[in-house]
Amino acid sequence: MDHGHMLSIRNLGARIGEKQILKGIDLEIKPGEVHAIMGPNGSGKSTLGYVLSGREGYEVTGGEVSFRGKDLLAMQTEERAREGLFLAFQYPVEIPGVSNMEFLKAAVDASRAHRGLEAFDAVRFMKLARETCTRVNLAQDFLKRGVNEGFSGGEKKRNEILQMMLLEPSLAVLDETDSGLDIDALQVVAAGVNSMRSPDRSFIVVTHYQRLLDFIVPDVVHVLAGGRIVRSGGRELALELEEKGYAWIEREVV
Amino acid sequence: MSEQIHELIRKDYEAGFVTAIESETIPPGLSEDVVRVISSKKGEPEWLLDWRLKAFRAWRGMPEPGWAHVNFPPVDFEAVSYYSAPKSLQDGPKSLEDVDPELLKTYEKLGIPLHERARLAGVAVDAVFDSVSVVTTFKGKLAEAGVVFCPISEAVHTHPELVRKYLGSVVPQRDNFYAALNSAVFSDGSFVYIPKGVRCPMELSTYFRINEAKTGQFERTLIIADEGSHVSYLEGCTAPMRDENQLHAAVVELVALKGARIKYSTVQNWYPGDKDGKGGIYNFVTKRGVCHDDAHISWTQVETGSAITWKYPSVVLRGDNSVGEFYSVALTNNCQQADTGTKMIHLGRNTRSTIVSKGISAGRSSNAYRGLVRINPGAEGARNHTQCDSLLIGDASAAHTFPYIECRNSSAVVEHEATTSKVSEDQLFLCRQRGLDAEKAVSMIVNGFCREVFKELPMEFAVEAGKLLEVSLEGSVG
Repeated sequence: MDHGHMLSIRNLGARIGEKQILKGIDLEIKPGEVHAIMGPNGSGKSTLGYVLSGREGYEVTGGEVSFRGKDLLAMQTEERAREGLFLAFQYPVEIPGVSNMEFLKAAVDASRAHRGLEAFDAVRFMKLARETCTRVNLAQDFLKRGVNEGFSGGEKKRNEILQMMLLEPSLAVLDETDSGLDIDALQVVAAGVNSMRSPDRSFIVVTHYQRLLDFIVPDVVHVLAGGRIVRSGGRELALELEEKGYAWIEREVV
Repeated sequence: MSEQIHELIRKDYEAGFVTAIESETIPPGLSEDVVRVISSKKGEPEWLLDWRLKAFRAWRGMPEPGWAHVNFPPVDFEAVSYYSAPKSLQDGPKSLEDVDPELLKTYEKLGIPLHERARLAGVAVDAVFDSVSVVTTFKGKLAEAGVVFCPISEAVHTHPELVRKYLGSVVPQRDNFYAALNSAVFSDGSFVYIPKGVRCPMELSTYFRINEAKTGQFERTLIIADEGSHVSYLEGCTAPMRDENQLHAAVVELVALKGARIKYSTVQNWYPGDKDGKGGIYNFVTKRGVCHDDAHISWTQVETGSAITWKYPSVVLRGDNSVGEFYSVALTNNCQQADTGTKMIHLGRNTRSTIVSKGISAGRSSNAYRGLVRINPGAEGARNHTQCDSLLIGDASAAHTFPYIECRNSSAVVEHEATTSKVSEDQLFLCRQRGLDAEKAVSMIVNGFCREVFKELPMEFAVEAGKLLEVSLEGSVG
């Protein structure tokens, strides 16, 4: 197994029902790297995040994924999370009546138990959660409210970042975290992500627009079209896409 | 729904053991003679025997109610034994030292503290085992406050004037089929009297346990809160796992005199039957309270057990400015059926009522809310707010809502809100992506859904109710 890799995807195929969405993805991510995945609507960007995190209904049709040297596809959804894979949702769902605090503590305790650590005591966790709220510009009373219940779009996205900060994943997949955010909220989210960057943590930033990449500067940019990665390059690839649009790539692929 | 959801609703019923104890059980069947035997076993006065016989004659002529949204084969009332008591208790109530250790072990196993120095200090317990009361704790401390808390069979002798005055005053004998049956054969139950202006110094609690096979339990509870008094009463129920259905037909009457306040909480966990619907308790219960001027009655129930639940804790708002509340969580799983809700009858002026009902259906179960809000012509300025939410788990369960509103006063304000939702695949995925297993995720989502009701429960019960929900839901995800 290749321990030098955070994530190694080989020829990954996946379908939803009868529809083949991913048609052979290859991707290597080293610890500390930030990879941006761009592409037109319907190219399979969100699907990739769901397949990696093991969402039901997304059937793997072939290929291999190794995550920190382990066979990711053999793990249950919750196991993948506890192993350090985090998905920030494009549309975070509400869980009425379950307080954010209760939810966060249960999630963090589950990951800690997996690593053989004791659950946080309530007081210590409360303090940590409050400090983290401040880092993403959320008032502390968010901790008492129901998970995403009545949150604005921007608040939901910041809440995702809050969860990421507390869970301290090895690999975070941000699924169009920039969608629906105004520039201020975008900066808060980006600052949160940047503060988490470290040599042993990697990110996959899925986005439709290059704007986010002005704030979260990627090491590698990939273009996903028709269920395959059709081009990879540096930061400049994103700018080129911005200028020429996706039609250019799609034409080339055909 | 998803595979996990189906897996999750499958756990064993933890209270399903049988206590090996010698019991005296009268042969099955119901007749005037059986009623006489029950009455004489309890050494009842003549007036009570007459009262029972009157109920029995009424019952014989009454049809079983057929309107509820439940299906079950007809109950053979001749196959039920109407009285069962542990032999060791035959010489009447005794002190804790004299109670059969097997019985004490039963309650210990169930986590019910019968020793007065038990962990849950501050809760007085009356334990009813099959047809008789085993022991009532904290009697001395309650007596200092003038509070009477004892088996109703004892109150018949010690407080006959109160029993005679109020028994059947809220739920008349002929109220319905099961109430009439209960009036004829009721065995034991709790009696509470809180004197004028007294705040009961501790929570009162009754624990009902069915042990003997082929017996029915017909308990009768009567709570009288005199003017300006307060009481909080809790009730819990369990039964062994058996393949045949067992009948439980209780009557609970609450009387809140001027300015009194009664809070009545139930955690009902009778054996629900196995996952194919075999066995389980038929829980056919009539609960009703009457509020005089400025009085307040609040029912909170968490119903997770029983094969069939037929139960409508109600409040008659007779006095002006009186308040009635009903907070309910009803969870059905596997093949359970529940038809439950409330009736709020507004008679007095400026009366207010609140109904919050949370129904959760999993497996192949059916869960119905049935409610009546009636505003009589004299109920000037009456208000009601009803919120009725259903949560479906899986794709084979059903939720139904039957709200009735009868408004005969144009100054009344009646509101009804209802929602039906599912534990969504999105919610489950979010939880699991954050590292929670599916079972924990569902129980968290369901607990969140019930939060408004749980916060009405006394603290110890709220924790217990949350856990109970978790157990009852096991196997519901998959």
